[in-house]
Amino acid sequence: MAEGDVPRPYLALLRGQARAQAAYRASFVIDLASNVFATVMDVLTVLVLFRVSRTLGGFTLREAMVIVGMSAVAFAAADLAVGNIERIKTYVRTGLLDAVLVRPLGALPQLLLMDLPLRKISRTIFGATVYAVALGAAGIDWTPARAVLVVVAPLAGVVFFGAIFVASAAVAFWWVETGEIGNAFTYGGRDFATYPITVYSGWFRRLFAYGLGFAFVSYYPALALLGRTDPLGLPPWVGYVAPGVAVLAAAAAAAVWRVGIRHYRSTGS
Amino acid sequence: MAGAFTNTVFGFLRCYVLLAVAGAASRGLAGGYDRAQLATFVWAGQGLLAVVLLWGWSELADRIRSGDVAGDLLRPVNPVVSYLAADLGRAGHAVLTRFVPPVVTGLLFFDMYVPGRWFTVPLFAVSAVLATVACFGCRYLVNSVAYWLADARGPMIAWVLGSGVLSGLYFPLRFMPDWLAVALWVATPFPSLLQTPLDVLVERDPPAMQVGLVAVQAYWAVLLISACLWVQRRAERKLVIQGG
Repeated sequence: MAEGDVPRPYLALLRGQARAQAAYRASFVIDLASNVFATVMDVLTVLVLFRVSRTLGGFTLREAMVIVGMSAVAFAAADLAVGNIERIKTYVRTGLLDAVLVRPLGALPQLLLMDLPLRKISRTIFGATVYAVALGAAGIDWTPARAVLVVVAPLAGVVFFGAIFVASAAVAFWWVETGEIGNAFTYGGRDFATYPITVYSGWFRRLFAYGLGFAFVSYYPALALLGRTDPLGLPPWVGYVAPGVAVLAAAAAAAVWRVGIRHYRSTGS
Repeated sequence: MAGAFTNTVFGFLRCYVLLAVAGAASRGLAGGYDRAQLATFVWAGQGLLAVVLLWGWSELADRIRSGDVAGDLLRPVNPVVSYLAADLGRAGHAVLTRFVPPVVTGLLFFDMYVPGRWFTVPLFAVSAVLATVACFGCRYLVNSVAYWLADARGPMIAWVLGSGVLSGLYFPLRFMPDWLAVALWVATPFPSLLQTPLDVLVERDPPAMQVGLVAVQAYWAVLLISACLWVQRRAERKLVIQGG
């Protein structure tokens, strides 16, 4: 097989998925519309909270919306690309994973492309719109560095959330019935990254913000974009190096996945 | 265990966010709740969520699609009654396994509001039972859509997205303008699923209003179960026609 041919089987998988999912057009349109509502509800919740108080964790609505938009677009895109890896426990239980492993293709990309939820694209677009509107309303003092960060930060967020999805799904290799534990870190992490981390406190903030790294998804990059100093005392350049955390998270998730798949023994069913 | 763990993590998230709202609101009161009341609202809400089982029930829709529902119809008991009885049993079990852990966690890490009126705890118990019945009614109706559409996925997504916001899980409905909150209470069953029992527990309102809200819940519970019985009769007539 020539080098250039490598992506071809993956492209075929992707095309097949796109055709299959668009076949029932009305159903697909309903799915597209209902997916937007999840993010609409998240944004509405933030607006309702700001209706009650003028500031939240020391941030105004305009500032907070940059954080909301950044985490919304990053999470929605990661959910679109790799979110369905949550179903790995079904694949392990039904033995479908064995079929995937015997093929001469990477297991992870196959699993993702076998069931790419194209309907979630509407949610990603809505998240990007919220982000763009928030940036416009926040009155950002643009510099070349900020112009780069405004694009890099959400992309890094996609990588970070993707890493969290893969790492929490890989737990299924050890413990088939992972239940909803992964949700605490994927959806919980998304909720955590939606608000300025100053609203949390104690060990809970330390664990989610710094231990698991969720502060570097949207909070620190947003501070750098807004030109605000961190009330918690980290220097201003942290926002620019925050995307590095995404690379570390991806490396850690890849390691967990690799160990997991090597550890995997077929269920024999 | 896994579910209780996830409910607890979300309890921390929601509690900190609402406490930040109260901290920045005027006089420290957010929507009429003080900090301790909000903490109790969040943690009892995380537990009650699993007791009323807001999400994750598709048994009836699955049985309709696979045809197994025919077995339910042969029994001498009305399916609405037998499913409701099973659901109340499940809810009773969930009180111990899913309600207690988050509430204990909340007590350990936050200053919680402890009810002062002697009748609040029994009234909360009544309210929680009514919430379970009303929530069962909603879930049964959403599942019943499968009798007509074969696939109830669309209505179920709408239910999951709408019920979290409108029942007071994400934020107390009193954070919204008064006219909107009242309209939701009167025109939709959602506030009766979580908001009412939680308001009763934290004594958000004077006693008369506390009892009045539970009466609204009772009205919704009766209405929803009647709707379930009616829908079930219609569905059975249709199934017979289909079966030839």
